[in-house]
Amino acid sequence: MLKTFVVHVENKPGVLTRVASLFRRRAFNIDSLTVGRTEKPEVSRMTITVEADQDQARRIEASLYKLVNVLLVEDITEEPAITRDLAMIKVAAQHDQRSHVLQLVNIFRARVVDVAPESLIIEITGGEDKIDGLLEVLRPFGLLEMVRTGIVAMRRGNKSSTATPATEELDEVTAETNNDEGQSV
Amino acid sequence: MMKTGAEILWECLEREGVKHVFGYPGGAILPAYDALRHSKIHHILVRHEQGATHMADGYARASGRVGVAVATSGPGATNMVTGIATAMMDSSPLVCITGQVGSKVIGSDAFQETDITGVTLPITKHNYLVTHASELARTLREAFYVARSGRPGPVLVDITKDAQQSSCEFDWEAAKPQLPGYRPDLSPTPQDYSQALKLIQEAKRPVILAGHGILLSGAMAEVRELADRTGIPVTLTLLGLGAFPASHPLNLGMMGMHGEAWVNHTIQDADLLIALGMRFDDRVTGNLKTYAPKARKIQVEIDPTEINKNVKVDVALIGDLREVLRELLPRLQATDCSEWRSYIDGLKGDAAVRDIQNLPDSGHLYAAHVINDLWKETRGGDTVVVTDVGQHQMWEAQYFKHELPHSLITSGGLGTMGFALPAAIGVKVARPEAEVWVVVGDGGFQMTMAELATLVQEKLKIHIAIINNGYLGMVRQWQEFFYDRNYQSTPLLSPNFSKLADAYGIRSAVVTERAQVVPAVQSARRHEGPMLIDFQVEQEDSVYPMVAAGAALHEMIRRPNPLVETAEDE
Repeated sequence: MLKTFVVHVENKPGVLTRVASLFRRRAFNIDSLTVGRTEKPEVSRMTITVEADQDQARRIEASLYKLVNVLLVEDITEEPAITRDLAMIKVAAQHDQRSHVLQLVNIFRARVVDVAPESLIIEITGGEDKIDGLLEVLRPFGLLEMVRTGIVAMRRGNKSSTATPATEELDEVTAETNNDEGQSV
Repeated sequence: MMKTGAEILWECLEREGVKHVFGYPGGAILPAYDALRHSKIHHILVRHEQGATHMADGYARASGRVGVAVATSGPGATNMVTGIATAMMDSSPLVCITGQVGSKVIGSDAFQETDITGVTLPITKHNYLVTHASELARTLREAFYVARSGRPGPVLVDITKDAQQSSCEFDWEAAKPQLPGYRPDLSPTPQDYSQALKLIQEAKRPVILAGHGILLSGAMAEVRELADRTGIPVTLTLLGLGAFPASHPLNLGMMGMHGEAWVNHTIQDADLLIALGMRFDDRVTGNLKTYAPKARKIQVEIDPTEINKNVKVDVALIGDLREVLRELLPRLQATDCSEWRSYIDGLKGDAAVRDIQNLPDSGHLYAAHVINDLWKETRGGDTVVVTDVGQHQMWEAQYFKHELPHSLITSGGLGTMGFALPAAIGVKVARPEAEVWVVVGDGGFQMTMAELATLVQEKLKIHIAIINNGYLGMVRQWQEFFYDRNYQSTPLLSPNFSKLADAYGIRSAVVTERAQVVPAVQSARRHEGPMLIDFQVEQEDSVYPMVAAGAALHEMIRRPNPLVETAEDE
């Protein structure tokens, strides 16, 4: 089934490559991946959806944690959560069809963001099903161009997923240097 | 205090306890080499950067310390790739330092520019590109910490030429690692422990699978106590050899594709597998569908991604093996495995007949004889054998009885031919008091034999036993068994190895008969310098038993009865 992961990573160059490379190397196919800033400037947040069974999902989570720059991984597939996708759809709309298209836009609570003599650009935000639904009814008019952001997700309620770095432990461990004589032989 | 990036590099290495580095200079790393004259670190000049990484790897495996390899940008860095991948697969702690073109020209396809952090992304535990001298100290501290903590592995630090040349304030104390997402220290839950204890207590036919993790976590004493207290027999992976003494009555021997037949049967008949620091590699499981079908499984493993990767386990104890066993041992009760052990003893009978050691001396020189004689001559001492990859590696694993930890250094996971000679140089540098023997095939030796010059330049007493059968032997064996004896591209022309040794000023001998093996080994041991022995062995011998790729672990190709074989020869 389609699994949804929320992944908090350090906001550093190359981290996206590390995450993408991990999925490629372990032969997991990414369905959608979004990345953007969060409330903390040093943290970026990814929403990744991937086709995987329960066991594979657990391994994906463990593999993500193995990346040094990954701060927090949450599999929110089974959690109550809001997921949103944004699409911009350029649809052919001749003069005589325009009102019909606008009706559909209203029904789906989408917005027209650009008007040209023979086309419209429609912006819609929502779950993937809703966007798929609008696309289906617009298709007969002629879809000229379409772009989707991929989904972003957030859990409902008070529980917030925030990466809390545990740095105090680290100092202690790194105090050991390479000076010891290695393992006994 | 103001220092250049190059000076900071060596100072940080010294502070991390580094005494030796293996490297090769070049344009983009020249500022670092220029600053080396102020350092106490001994630089060993290699003949190829792959050699530098294998040396650092051998150094790390023999000593438990982080091995360091240095190279320039572009070809220098890409030559390291095989050695880095080898270290990654075998969890060996390495820090590889590479020079990079100036930060202003990165991305312009400058002379000797390669995106080495991109290239090594999937084969390093972590890697860094450093473009400012001010980032260097913290990055290096992080690199060493990441390399040696948790499941060890290689870390690459790519440093631009301008970062080496420019100066900044150096403050070691302030340059603390900042790794908020890195969690090397995991521990099992109390429920995990109770479940594991319950399975052990209930088992009637348990077996311990002992792997490389024992050596990495230093859990040799704990594993021995576990076996002694419970009477559970122990089997080993290739990289686990030495983690449990070969002479211990509970040691059954090596498992897997070329493991002992009774060991593989024991695993297939067991009702509980206790996997300690091993990852169920396809070379030890055979066909997963038929692997240990009656057994429940406990896996003690530091890396959570290894759990349920190949073999589904009933209980996973995720954490440092030594700490986990220390928690587990006081709660263990003695179990009675005597019936199970006598059953296993019964499995051994048939194998003894097929043992090549029972072959009367017919004038033929078999690799197994060479290795067994080498073991007999050197037993009791502090001997480290470094093997390459192929038939000789498997014969070594079968016929050299490793008593001590870290007495076998070999490339397991990646199976890197050309590993042995450079790795042995690293071993000898790390442990100069040890007697170091390279056991290598005529194919693998020719891949990295340029490092003979490094060996001589560093005045290292390392003995080289070439198991010379005139073939790429393991590939020839597969062609014999599975490709209708079509020996395509496996017969191998070699130089006169004695003359080659002579060119480097290394003493040599050629051995063609069994009776010459022991005198040759003795003469090498008496000699004050290195010695190369060209053992010209039976050309078409094969390693038995063998579990064919994809076959069930108990379906082994067995050695034909040696007595019959001899009769045919005559």
